[in-house]
Amino acid sequence: MDNKTIYALSTVFGKSGVAVFRISGKSAFNFFTEMTELKLSKIEPRKMYFLPIFDVDSRETLDKCMVVAFKAPHSFTGEDTVEINCHGSKAVIRSVSNSLSKIKGFRLAEAGEFSRRSFYNGKMDLTEADGLADLIDAETRLQQEVALKQMSGTLFNLYEDWRSRLVSLLSYVEAYIDFPDENIPQETVLKLENNVFKIVEEIENHIAINKVEERLRDGFQVVISGPTNAGKSSLINAIVKRNIAIVSDIAGTTRDVIEAYVDIKGFPVIFSDTAGLRDANDEIEKIGIDLARKKIAEADFNIFLFDAENDSPEIFNEYITEKNNYLLVGNKSDIITVEKRDELIQKGCVLISAKHNENIEAIIDALFNYFIDIYSSSSAHLITRQRYKEALEECLCNLKRFNLSKEIELSAEDLRLACRAIGKITGRVEVDEILDKIFSSFCIGK
Amino acid sequence: MEGLYDVIVVGGGHAGCEACAASARVGAKTLLLTHKISTIGEMSCNPAIGGLGKGHLVREIDAMDGLMAKVIDKAGIQFRMLNLSKGPAVRGPRAQADRSLYKKYMQQALIETKNLTIEEAAVEGFVLKDNKLNGVLLADGQKRYAKAIVLTTGTFLNGVMFTGHQTTIGGRIGEISCTGITPYLKQMGLKMGRLKTGTPSRLNADTIDWSVLERQSGDKNPQAFSFLTDKITNKQIDCGITSTNEQTHKIIRENFSKCALFSGLITGKGPRYCPSIEDKLVRFADRTSHQIFLEPEGYDTNVIYPNGISTSLPADVQSDFIHTMQGLENVEIMQFAYAIEYDFVDPQELNHCLGVKKIPGLYLAGQINGTTGYEEAGAQGLLAGINAALYAKNSGKEFYVDRSQGYIGVMVDDLITKGVDEPYRMFTSRSEYRLLLRADNADARLTEIGYNIGCVSDERYAVYKEKMQKIQSFNKYCENKIISYADIENQGLSVKHNGKKSLKDIMSYPNVSRETIENFDSEIKKIDNKIYEQVEIDAKYSGYLKREYEDIEIFKRDENLKIREDIDYNKIGGLSTEMVQRFTRVKPKTIGEASRITGVTPAAVTALLGYIKNA
Repeated sequence: MDNKTIYALSTVFGKSGVAVFRISGKSAFNFFTEMTELKLSKIEPRKMYFLPIFDVDSRETLDKCMVVAFKAPHSFTGEDTVEINCHGSKAVIRSVSNSLSKIKGFRLAEAGEFSRRSFYNGKMDLTEADGLADLIDAETRLQQEVALKQMSGTLFNLYEDWRSRLVSLLSYVEAYIDFPDENIPQETVLKLENNVFKIVEEIENHIAINKVEERLRDGFQVVISGPTNAGKSSLINAIVKRNIAIVSDIAGTTRDVIEAYVDIKGFPVIFSDTAGLRDANDEIEKIGIDLARKKIAEADFNIFLFDAENDSPEIFNEYITEKNNYLLVGNKSDIITVEKRDELIQKGCVLISAKHNENIEAIIDALFNYFIDIYSSSSAHLITRQRYKEALEECLCNLKRFNLSKEIELSAEDLRLACRAIGKITGRVEVDEILDKIFSSFCIGK
Repeated sequence: MEGLYDVIVVGGGHAGCEACAASARVGAKTLLLTHKISTIGEMSCNPAIGGLGKGHLVREIDAMDGLMAKVIDKAGIQFRMLNLSKGPAVRGPRAQADRSLYKKYMQQALIETKNLTIEEAAVEGFVLKDNKLNGVLLADGQKRYAKAIVLTTGTFLNGVMFTGHQTTIGGRIGEISCTGITPYLKQMGLKMGRLKTGTPSRLNADTIDWSVLERQSGDKNPQAFSFLTDKITNKQIDCGITSTNEQTHKIIRENFSKCALFSGLITGKGPRYCPSIEDKLVRFADRTSHQIFLEPEGYDTNVIYPNGISTSLPADVQSDFIHTMQGLENVEIMQFAYAIEYDFVDPQELNHCLGVKKIPGLYLAGQINGTTGYEEAGAQGLLAGINAALYAKNSGKEFYVDRSQGYIGVMVDDLITKGVDEPYRMFTSRSEYRLLLRADNADARLTEIGYNIGCVSDERYAVYKEKMQKIQSFNKYCENKIISYADIENQGLSVKHNGKKSLKDIMSYPNVSRETIENFDSEIKKIDNKIYEQVEIDAKYSGYLKREYEDIEIFKRDENLKIREDIDYNKIGGLSTEMVQRFTRVKPKTIGEASRITGVTPAAVTALLGYIKNA
């Protein structure tokens, strides 16, 4: 607990038509300056405003919302409070939540924290208090459920690994401080910096490769590849026609690549095609093929398109790896034989006619299913995940301050705070844990 | 009535001395009962005071006008400020004492204490009246009456000593043990257990070959423990350093079966940070050598304390392995090492004032609470003594130190919320506010509150007030004195041209010494070092201290939410049976304390909070 301004989604994620965010704390009204065009001086408490809200950084409009402000002490928590009523779609909730997290001094509320603040400020009476126990109970159960689901797996191990490594490093520093007459090898302490840098790097990478979030912001990369005559451009055109093309025909990096930015049922997708795959006769085309190979490897999803009449799906075998998510698509379905059709379907191919706009839905559905799959697996516990991110960022911030050129007790302080930050996710750091490490690692005591 | 006191303190060790003196200072008519007046203030083990965390405690005792710092300043024979190369928060004063001088000055200080009577008698039980504590029962059947009692029994409570398989009953070599009190405590429903500690052999200095040994000297400018001591005048003497070797280890290993610890004779748990040599060999099997410090026990004695080889091995084995060490080949062993096991009370039975929750008027301090160390004992004695006096005088007040105010607070809070499973020793890593709880500012943290409760003399308070006033005005001076960029750069410092720079800002730069600061302003030369230091530390730690103050603000918020003593945890909705049990056992006084109890969940604390806010 600290005195920061807290925010949280008050409605159930993804299940309500209208989502309500609540913000409480000293700088709650900064929401208006950071995310709306409403001037602070213009805000009347308890008045509902209908206004667009923007992302803190990109200034992109996130939604049009109903927003109401409560001035301390006339609010549930007794602090300055803002309530945002926005659309209940996952994408909107996510982007609003993301933007709120970027406001300085804001952090995600912990379980029961709004209620707790309201206690501190004397805003709850006896009847409400009785209900509170149930509330806390419910929150705890939910938390446990979330914790069990989320933390049973690799994520928990990863965070716990960082934390226990930090505790180890801290125990060296603490031993060095608390047992000056013992022979704590100086080189052990000097190695600390490298070890800390390593953890910093790992945490940074972890935060950075949080792909889904990034993709939701920038778009999923879908690459269409195939021989020159397979009909890649026609397919892109067909898709663009059926969906909202946000920007179309951005010039590609090579003459042959075209890109289209398309919204597929709420997911932003960037389609691009590659140079023809088979015709590696001259140098320039070889370069084109190398480029295509790279694009295929980096794509979130590959559409391997071939001429159903003249080619077979096997031509893509060399490009398919275990890591690829892909769909084999045979074009020109209108001109092939029934036997050929059955054979290709048997091989798991989707058959379309880009020219006649036939069966394009099948591709769209396959893409949507894939997106929804990875999206739900990664953001089922959006709020909790955001909490992790905040904790990790706090940890990083302290670790980056760490260096051995300042007083050792200050370096220790950096490590302590870093441990405490990860401890918020995985459990608290106990002094005893550090002492245990000290006594098992060094022969301490005369 | 004859034999009627406000407070009786049982035991004349380090806890007992501070307890009776503090009680008397607060104005209670106090009796110190000890079974042997001549051993009051005895250093049973290591003849040294202070160290990391421990030195901090001694300064805190001194800030509240306790005795330990003043006594060691007079009895010290080698003073060292540990961690001098590190920052001020983790520096700890340590001094070796002349054992007999320490005892002498401690006894003298007690004799000079007003309101205090000292009597030689063994205590073997309590006197109860209407089921309330009314006094103590002496071994000869006599009674002494008091409204409050402080027990500081140390290792004497059912003490048993071990040397190999040989066991001797007693609380210290050549002394008796106290067997009468434990049954009373158990009958009163207190949870008790056994703990273990040990002391090494003593060697004859005249038979050690000092010429081959490395030396360790004290500081050139020895720093005093007490805020009131101007200068250390005692002559400083050196220690020697030797070490165990493979031959030593071989002998010890071959005789593992003969040591009391491994043969199962000792059941109590010993401290990991003060392991016996056999413990070290088991836990660090790959080490081929361990350092042993040879510490003289005083100016006029040939007794040497070999720091690092406490053991419970039989005498013949001790003799064999000691003689394998360099310089000790022909040493005469004057007294063999022994391990000692004794009773302690689960400190979760206590409140923040070190009062036993089940028995009003009974206070415990020192090893009986599961701690180890003279300093830990002394600090508890002080706290218990003050509270016993406040209780006896019906003042309606109680005195405690919280975690943000001092190491005393950290220690007591740890003890009562977490209990102990090995003897508890202070480390600076135990404090979450380490940058603030420093040995150098113990007076700023505690003298005022000590004065308000009546345990600090007017004389000390005046000194303290003057010092604080000087720090304040010097701090203001440094904050207001603006230095130009040109002047700063002329001193070879680089400076960001972003706003005015005060003298205090410059102090915060790394590696800026006092001389550099004096170059900006020669007036600074007049400033006393103790004053300068406080402002400098404040500058150097500023960013981090700000964070600690913020943390403390949050900590205090929970600490100010009091829980009524008669609360029924069963009535709180949403608490599991386990949580009800944990709360009921510790009976936390505040929400903060409740949240620190081992195993208590945040949800349980919130439910409790909800309940007390409205009950």
